[in-house]
Amino acid sequence: MSAAEIVEVLSRGVTVTVSLMLVSGILALVVAFVAGLSRVSGLKIVRFLTTVYVEFFRGTSLLVQLFWIFFVLPQLFGIRLDPFMAGVITLGLNYGAYASEIVRGSILAVPDGQREAAVALNMSKTQRMRLIILPQALRTMLPGFGNISIELLKATALVSLITLQDMMYLAQNLRAADYSLSLKVFGILLVMYFVLALPLIVLSRYLEKRASRGVANT
Amino acid sequence: MTGKPIVQFQNVKKSFDELEVLKGFDLDIMPGEKVSIIGPSGSGKTTIIRMLMTLEKPTDGEIIVDGQNLWHMESNGKWVEANEKHLSKIRGNIGMVFQHFNLFPHMTILRNCTEAPVHVLGLNKKEAEQRAKQMLAKVGLAEKEKNYPFQLSGGQKQRVAIARALVMQPKVMLFDEVTSALDPELVGEVLRVIKDLAEQGDMTMILITHEMDFAMEISDRVVFFADGYLTEEGPPEELFNNPKSDRLKSFLQRFSKV
Repeated sequence: MSAAEIVEVLSRGVTVTVSLMLVSGILALVVAFVAGLSRVSGLKIVRFLTTVYVEFFRGTSLLVQLFWIFFVLPQLFGIRLDPFMAGVITLGLNYGAYASEIVRGSILAVPDGQREAAVALNMSKTQRMRLIILPQALRTMLPGFGNISIELLKATALVSLITLQDMMYLAQNLRAADYSLSLKVFGILLVMYFVLALPLIVLSRYLEKRASRGVANT
Repeated sequence: MTGKPIVQFQNVKKSFDELEVLKGFDLDIMPGEKVSIIGPSGSGKTTIIRMLMTLEKPTDGEIIVDGQNLWHMESNGKWVEANEKHLSKIRGNIGMVFQHFNLFPHMTILRNCTEAPVHVLGLNKKEAEQRAKQMLAKVGLAEKEKNYPFQLSGGQKQRVAIARALVMQPKVMLFDEVTSALDPELVGEVLRVIKDLAEQGDMTMILITHEMDFAMEISDRVVFFADGYLTEEGPPEELFNNPKSDRLKSFLQRFSKV
């Protein structure tokens, strides 16, 4: 099998890999903001529950979580998800937990003087967050988000283990058919993941540069 | 300057954990009065106005603003701790300028001055900008409205911070060591703006300051805090030229030596 043929076969998985990354990325982003804001909430119970969620998903294996959602949930509760949904939910919740730490850290990194100035101007709690704190915290978050999106892309490979036909799954198939192809197939697979990650790498570099601008100490 | 006080502190105490910074003081401030608070560092001066701005909660005692209790309110006939809504209602009377300016770095100078009027007072953008431009002109920075804070000098930043507070038209303005973070050559421009404000206005002003000459010049009354107590107060000439307590004498001596 020629390299071109291998690329051709693996390319059929690009759509799955990329759409999985995009959809779970969006879910992760939403989760990150909800959980991140909850972790700086004034309500103790909200903070506690979110901390439990975040530490659980950070502290256990992503693969085990995936198997739970795909294999155990149907047995336990009769909730049957198609592999794509299972992948999106697992990756979204897992990376959302990581990203929520970025959201939380960036919010806390905004100097307290900013909050105080907003109080002195009689802004409400919501206005303080929306108009003053978040816009500044967002700049600090962006490089972290860029970083985590690259990790998410690579983590999508795990869904091949729950029968989703992504690039990894197709590569495994090729290798199973002909063991002598291992080097070629997985060499090409590496390059293909890297090519997909490239735009993310460039984007996060750019965001990192931008983040340092306009965030003065006053 | 007659009638009822606009701000009253009644036996106000404040502790941070074990440390009692303010050990109970009374202070009435009349509408339009310019009061300077002086004293050694660590004497709780800044805490006084931070409690008035609702940034710090008193451990004990009452603060009354324009006849209304700041930190307590009546609810179903009972006297309870103030909620955010109550605090917000009274807070609208008060504006504050901070030692470290605390301008919003992600907004232009104009936007720094219009954000609160638009979102808090509900002015439309045009009205807010008109007001903001007027105030920026007043502090001599009309031409900087399109700049961002990082493009300004410390003195300019502090003047913007004053304009930003003025746009909200507070009855009481608090100044927390507003020249302490400035290079010496920039102190003058900020003090001049405050002096103009003091001379024009019926605005009540409370200043924490280490600029003794300035305090003497603009204040109706100077209040000296030391060791957690309001130790001495009076008209500036009296306090500076004829201090009664030993604590104030030694404090002023240290200043005149420098």
